Amino acid sequence: MSLLTSLARLRAIERGRAQPIATVRHCHLSARPMVFIPLKLSGEAAAPLAAMLGTDPGEPRLLAVTQPRNRDLRFAWAGELAGALLPYVTGFMGETETVERRNADPYERALDAPQLIVPNRAGVAFTRLLGRSTRFRRTDGPFPVPEGVPLLGRWLTYFAERAAYPGSSLMPAATDELGRHWASGQSALEDANLAALLAWITEGPDDAAEDPLIWPPAGPATDPGFDAEVLAPAMESGSAERITEALRTQLEPTWRLVWRAIGLLRELTPGASVAQRWEHDRASYSGMSAQLAEGAPPQARRDGAVAAAARLARMERAQAAYEVQRAYDDPLVMAEYRLTGEAFAGEVVDTAPDHTEGEGRSRKLRPLVTVKTDDLVRIAPGSALGTPQRRGQGAELVSARDGLVTLKITKGMGRGRTPAPGAVPEVGERVCYSSLTDDFQGAAALPEPEETPWTHGGPPRPYEPTDEDAREEWS
Amino acid sequence: MNRLDALRGTTPPKPHDARAIAALAANPGCSRRALMDGAGIDKEALARHLGHPAPFGQSPFAITRGNAFEALVKADGCAELIRMLRELLGLPIDEVAYHDVENVGAHLRHTHTRALIDRAARGEGTGTVYDHPLFTLAIAGHTAYLEPDVVAFQLGGRFHIVEIKSFAVVDGQADPAAVAAAARQAAVYVLALRTLLEELGHDPLRVAHDVVLVCPENFANRPVATLVDVRRQLAVLRRQLARMTSLDRLLAALPEDVTFDLEPDDDGRPARPVAELADAVRATEARYAPECLSTCDLCFFCRDEARQEGASDLLGRDVRDALGGVASVREALALADGSRAPERGQEEIARLLRGAERLRRECLA
Repeated sequence: MSLLTSLARLRAIERGRAQPIATVRHCHLSARPMVFIPLKLSGEAAAPLAAMLGTDPGEPRLLAVTQPRNRDLRFAWAGELAGALLPYVTGFMGETETVERRNADPYERALDAPQLIVPNRAGVAFTRLLGRSTRFRRTDGPFPVPEGVPLLGRWLTYFAERAAYPGSSLMPAATDELGRHWASGQSALEDANLAALLAWITEGPDDAAEDPLIWPPAGPATDPGFDAEVLAPAMESGSAERITEALRTQLEPTWRLVWRAIGLLRELTPGASVAQRWEHDRASYSGMSAQLAEGAPPQARRDGAVAAAARLARMERAQAAYEVQRAYDDPLVMAEYRLTGEAFAGEVVDTAPDHTEGEGRSRKLRPLVTVKTDDLVRIAPGSALGTPQRRGQGAELVSARDGLVTLKITKGMGRGRTPAPGAVPEVGERVCYSSLTDDFQGAAALPEPEETPWTHGGPPRPYEPTDEDAREEWS
Repeated sequence: MNRLDALRGTTPPKPHDARAIAALAANPGCSRRALMDGAGIDKEALARHLGHPAPFGQSPFAITRGNAFEALVKADGCAELIRMLRELLGLPIDEVAYHDVENVGAHLRHTHTRALIDRAARGEGTGTVYDHPLFTLAIAGHTAYLEPDVVAFQLGGRFHIVEIKSFAVVDGQADPAAVAAAARQAAVYVLALRTLLEELGHDPLRVAHDVVLVCPENFANRPVATLVDVRRQLAVLRRQLARMTSLDRLLAALPEDVTFDLEPDDDGRPARPVAELADAVRATEARYAPECLSTCDLCFFCRDEARQEGASDLLGRDVRDALGGVASVREALALADGSRAPERGQEEIARLLRGAERLRRECLA
């Protein structure tokens, strides 16, 4: 954890309130998000117990498996969930824009995309398992499942995979997003408790957050005490209504908490790059929709070697871009880099806008800027610099000494003999420069899947849905 | 009376099981835990009496499922298990016998286990799967009794510990935390069996460091077996147990009259004044870390203590590391706002904290 965040956590203890560690919001928030709170049966890998979901805080929809050990009821539940989720998830392809691409055909991109918000990371993990246990099923054949279940499985798998993608907002976990914007006075481990984290941000720390009788766990695991004293007797009684009402008591508090978290995040102004990342989400969602429309098979159980390497490379690039964008969008995040000497901020004290380098035809305009800063600069001369104030501009550090940093602007100041108006900062302007730059990284050079070398298992066999997959036991 | 027994007083000792021994390795720097475990204190009862009951509980559904799965694996003389071992370890098909040690009655189980293992190590009764054996391990001078799920004996002359767990392996992957816990626990059995072989004059390395982990596969109840290498867990465990034998040093530092006796009344209910007991516990040094919240019965008591002391341990090891060892919240904040001059060796962290404070003020102004 960075020292800046650690200091914020210490202050949070001192003041009894979580402290901000961001000045803008770094995630996209949909105008109509779908809150999804799943519960599972303890001791089972992915046996659903219930889910509360909906797009309106005033109208939670509760789906419960009224006899969790019954396989048919479990699939019926999955069918109901498909009925509740799929219209929302697939409904965004109605309005699209045509996007031109270089070296490829244009494609249709949805103008908006679905957003599933779960309470915590365990909710994402359970969504993945739920997707895995339903996507290979078939609606015909020896063990037919209700309509929509296989498609639900593929979408849930997609959302859970996307949640692991840095900067994606298709399936955020409430605790993660709150933790990115506020530092509480407790450990990161305890921050995974939504009730406790929210208490720190709002009214101040509260031991009741850890009392399952007051704030039931936010799922997907239920409180063992509830299992023993309420759920087990209710299951024994065989009364569907009693089970449903018992589960409602465990879900409703979390429902309120998640909406409260959304409200808190909504109060923050979105960062400048949030829309760009959401555009990637929209493109990804549109791609998934197109694949499904073309009748692609369900996602394989495991990636082949090439697909796995490509996924990893994509995620690494997304991670790097996400870190740079957050720093450029938010001075408080950039401060982390200023503290380690990878960025500096200060006032412009001198400029030489018409400075040039080279002679004759190779003469180039290289405006010089001198900045006075209190930051300790640990950037080597010659390093490339970028600045949040002028995003398209490139610069290079010339010298840094005694709190005075001289840099030359190398790109983004116009093509003329004199710089374009506004391209060179004026004396007295406050600026920030960083060696952190969002340099374009090309995609990793990977062979086609059918040319996977023998060292990596050779070409993977293409996934073919089997009857066995469709019939897999779900006990 | 032995000093450790005095610490426990009239409260009956709590036997160690593999889970408890494995947890010892989780926070080796905690003297409080080392002493309590060394003395065989029932930490759960202690924490409850102190008004800070542990936050753990197991759902009846999880227990039922775990038992049902174990019964399935062991049904018909471990038929299912033997099938998997054959594939995994290459056990010859016709030479597998099943021996349930539990049939001999509890008081004889350990002696019986010794005799059976001795015979097997001498090459008699080969190819046998032993169910419900009972091992012992000396923990700080006390004997702990351990019950591994099963021990398999292979013809090639090596013993394998089998650990049956009910968490699922989905498409070849399982919850890493659950696997790590199972590996730590299995390492305790490996160590116990190695110790036994050594006592019997056999080569302890005939116990494989690869344990057989049996879990349900995907979403069904069908078991799948995997080999898990526990060498690292064994090393940690050995180091920690060696430390436990040096409890004398920790005991010497304790005031003479300290005891964790709960002073149970005639009905076995703790009757000791809570404040007095809390003082006794505070006489030992704890090393609280947020990880304790998932492993130690005393976690809420120690967290409360850390809060009252304003210790930066509360925030976790990464924050503590970032603070360069400044242990108190107040001290770190005073260094940050410059109201306190750094001591020798604190100059660098003080400079960084002041820098961090300046930047936060600037950005949040």
